[in-house]
Order: sequence, then structure tokens, then C-alpha cells
Amino acid sequence: MSVGLLNYWVVIFLMMVGLYIVMASRNLIKKMVGLTLFQTSVFILYITMGKISGGTAPILAGPGTTYSNPLPHVLILTAIVVGVATTALGMALIIRIKDAYGTIEEDEIQSMDANG
Amino acid sequence: MLLEHLPILQIVVPLMAAPLCILLRRRERSWAFALVLSWVVFAMSVVMLQRVLTEGTIIYSLGGWPAPWGIEYRVDAVNAFVVFLVSLIGAIVLLYAPRSIFAELPDLRANLFFTAYLLCLTGMLGMAMTGDVFNLFVFLEISSLSSYTLIAMGTDRRALMASYQYLVMGTVGATFYVIGVGLLYMMTGTLNMVDLAVRLQPVLMTNTVLAAFAFLAVGIGMKLALFPLHLWLPNAYAHAPSMVTAFLAATATKVSVYVFVRFFYGIFGAGYTFDQLGLDRFLVPLGLAGIFVASLVAVFQSNVKRMLAYSSIAQVGYMMVGVGLVSVTGLTATLVHLFNHAVMKSALFLAIGCVVLRLGSCELEDLRGIGKRMPVTMAAFVAGGLSLIGVPLTVGFISKWYLVLAALERGWWPVAVLILFGSLIAVAYVWRVVEIAYFHEPTGKTAQATEAPLSMLIPVWILTGATFTFGINSTFTVDIARRGAEILMAGLAP
Repeated sequence: MSVGLLNYWVVIFLMMVGLYIVMASRNLIKKMVGLTLFQTSVFILYITMGKISGGTAPILAGPGTTYSNPLPHVLILTAIVVGVATTALGMALIIRIKDAYGTIEEDEIQSMDANG
Repeated sequence: MLLEHLPILQIVVPLMAAPLCILLRRRERSWAFALVLSWVVFAMSVVMLQRVLTEGTIIYSLGGWPAPWGIEYRVDAVNAFVVFLVSLIGAIVLLYAPRSIFAELPDLRANLFFTAYLLCLTGMLGMAMTGDVFNLFVFLEISSLSSYTLIAMGTDRRALMASYQYLVMGTVGATFYVIGVGLLYMMTGTLNMVDLAVRLQPVLMTNTVLAAFAFLAVGIGMKLALFPLHLWLPNAYAHAPSMVTAFLAATATKVSVYVFVRFFYGIFGAGYTFDQLGLDRFLVPLGLAGIFVASLVAVFQSNVKRMLAYSSIAQVGYMMVGVGLVSVTGLTATLVHLFNHAVMKSALFLAIGCVVLRLGSCELEDLRGIGKRMPVTMAAFVAGGLSLIGVPLTVGFISKWYLVLAALERGWWPVAVLILFGSLIAVAYVWRVVEIAYFHEPTGKTAQATEAPLSMLIPVWILTGATFTFGINSTFTVDIARRGAEILMAGLAP
């Protein structure tokens, strides 16, 4: 069964949506949502490139077995950890920002900074 | 034999020390621990640099797994130099740390702070050392995440927003990098730098590799604050604690510049990057635009730390012009400027840190007559400023000399003229500080200010001394830089 390039289109769609949210939204939490979406799209990109049609999990079952490339999965496990750490740190910063400014809207924070 | 494992020890020692640092709850103890470690790391980097210079490239396979399968650390003149630079600055800034950071942040949890500092150091050393592109990403994130926390420690609440903005832009940049690496992996099935350089040759002109090229250029460009991708930098440097600013300004962008040249000269090869795709036609104008725009903006800043931050963007511009000139001389200028700028900018930021300690501010307005109250500190600032301008006998002159030479070598004399004009703008912003500090009578807070403590002046003057030492006798730095430049021009593919 072949899915063709469908996965890649999904990846590009998610990537663009994520990046758009990061750039366009003024709410700090929403920005983090966009950032997470953007990172997740890359996870799917890696997983997709490791897949071989008809391949199974890479468990040695004698010669002639077709299996998917396990390396991208391993890489993405690392990237997921990094992604979680980034999100956690971002959220922690947002909590501190909320404490210090009383808001998480970028526009309001900027006008508060501009007025001293 | 321990010496054999030097490349990995350089990374593992600070990495393992970082969690141990949390256990030391007394702030002086955690600082002393971090200080000792940073000097151990520096000593190792000196030994490694020496070995690389005498014996050539050191190749170390992690866990004994040979190259394309296992992760390989490949230390040549270029990264040994970068590792030396990062660990040098890391060690000197820690000498300065206690008086500055404990005064700026009285209820700082020092053990956590120094843990983040050690992790940041580890990340940057790892980025410089590794020969595996995905391993590089992991180290990139280690150093980035810890630098976000270090920046957020700043006294002002604006530090939080600065850190947040850096986090968003830094993560986008790092993710671009991962996309680029993924696309390269798709085409070659390898993550090892040397292997990549070889296997990319037959597929260089495919769309996938072109896309990877673009993603990597933008992603790394964001990390090194290439104009116009520098927006995260001024706020982050202006609001972070003084010692963090000095450390990051001297190292973070430099390591990213190294990654940039390693990718575009080493892996893709100068022929592909510059002759076929013409990246130099972007880099030189962007570098020059960075020099002019950032320097002009620096002239109009009212906060000295912010002014120096903009000047850092301009200095990255000089480095990128050197990269874009595509010659051994141009790359020599870039590599030597990596070192020179790190030394002078950390001296400047540390000197301003002394002023912040005494005045609690680094607004230009508050600095009236400070030159008369803190003569030793401000003398270091002036010396650093002269180096930024590029006055002979300082390191700034050496960098610009080679840069202008490289531009003339290529016959691009307008570039050479523009580089010299850029230095003139530096005169303007350095002069603004000198004028306020020396030609006004001390008033208000400056009237009571006294000279900074010796434990802070010594690191400032070690670095200031270095700007003159390597400015007068540049053989050491220029020789290493030239060797590095030759290695880079040759590329990684055999």
C-alpha cells in the first residue's frame, strides 16, 4: 500500500500552520502552541522518511526481511525530548511573565515596557 | 591512556559536573566548584589545541564505534581554536562572577545558576567538537535552553520577555536546522560530516539538497544573528545579568559562525556553496548591511549594554563578509575575528558590569563623570572601544587588516572602503560613552561611586591585556586561523 507523498503534504501543511501561528498570534501561549506544532511537523517528516512500504519493525527475523529504517525514530525520540524541554521552559517563562506583568498579551507587555 | 580520551573528556567533564553542582547549596561552594571545573576544561582545551597544532587532526570515535555508524569527534585547527576560545572566556568570566552576580541578584539560587552555566558551556563545546550533524543539534539545544534560563535571570522583568523571544526565535532556528539535516539524511543516509561531504557529491543539484541548503543557511543564520535575523539579540544581551551577557556575547554567536563555516565550506564545499549557488552574493551584502544598520542603531542607544549588543551584530557582519569573500585570507580574517571580537567584547561587557555594580544602571545618562570615579574600569572600557574601532596595536586592527586585505585580493575595493567606513561609525558610539564618562562632572549616583573590587578588575584587565597582546603580536592567532582557513577551503570531502 502506498500513500505517495501524502505525508509530506501533511508535514508542509502543519509546518506552515505552526510557523504562521508563531508569527501572527500575539498571545504568548498561542505562540507556544504554534511552536510545538511546528516542531511536531518535523517529527513526522523524519518518521516518514524512515518508512519503507511493506517494511516491518526492525527486529531481526532471518534474512530477507524488509524493515523500516530505525535511525530516524531514534533521532526523533531525542528531538521529542528537546521539544518537551523547550515547551516546559517556555511555559515556565510565561508563568513568570504573567507574575511580572499581569498579562500574557504581547501588545500589552510592549506598551507597558515602552511606558517604563 | 587519559590523553587519548581528551576530546570526549572536554565535553563529559562539564556535563557530569553540572548536576553535581546542584548538590552544593552554599552559593560560594557552588561557585568555587564551577570555577575549578571551568579552569580544568580550559586546561584540557589548551592541551588539545597544542596536540592538534603539532600532530594534526585528532579523530575520536565515541564508544569505539567507527565513523559512519558511531558518532565521531573530529578536532582540527578550526574547532580546537573555537573550543579554546569558548573555554577561555568561560573560565575568565567565572573569576568575575561572584561579586557581580551576587550583588545583582541577592536571592539567586547560585547552585542552579552555575548548573545552567556549566550546561551552556558544555553545549557550546560540544557544538564545536562534534563531527556528527545530529549530535550538533543536541548540543545546540543544550546550550540554547540553558542560555534562555541564564538570560531570564536578569534583574529587570524585561529579561523575561527577552528570554521568551529568544526562545521562540532560537527554537525556530534550531528546527530549521533539523529540517535541513533531515533532508540531507534523506538523500545520503548518513549524519557524519565527512561521510556527508562525500555522499552529497552526486546529489548536490537535487531539489532536496537545495531545500536542505536553504533551511540550514536560514537556521544557522538565525543562531549567529546574521542581519536581518538578529532581532532576538539586543534585548537578550541588554537585560541578562552582566556576566551572562559577557559570556554569551563572546561565545554564543561565535560557535554558530563556526557551525556555519563548517557546513558551507566543510560539508557542502566552497565550490558548490559559492561558485554554483552564489551564497557569497547574499553574505557580503547582508554582512555589510549588518555592519551599517547595527552600528548606526548603536549610535542612538541610551543604554550602554544595548549599544554594545548592536555593535555585536555589526561585528558578526564583519565575520560574515569574511566568509563571503571565499578565500584563505577572508576566512583567516573571520576566524581571527572570532577570537579577537570575543576577547574585546567580553572585556567591554565585563567593564560595564563593574559600572552596573557601582551604579545599578548602565544608562548613558547615569554615567556622567564615571571616568573620574572608576578610572581603572573605564580605562579598560576605552581600550576595548579602541579595539572595536580597529585602532592599530589592538586586536580589532588585526581582524580588519586581514578583512580589507581579503577584499582587495578579490578586487572588491568598494567592500574594503565600506569596511573602513563601518569602523568610523564605531568611533561615534564609543565616543558617546567616552564623552559622558570623562567630560562631565560626576553628579548624583556617580559622585559616590568608587572603583570596582579587585576580583572584578583582574578578569577585565586579563581580557584587556589580551586585546593588546594579540594586537601587537598576532602570530599565534593568525597562524592558527590561517591553518584553519586552509582546512576549511579544502573542504571535508577527501
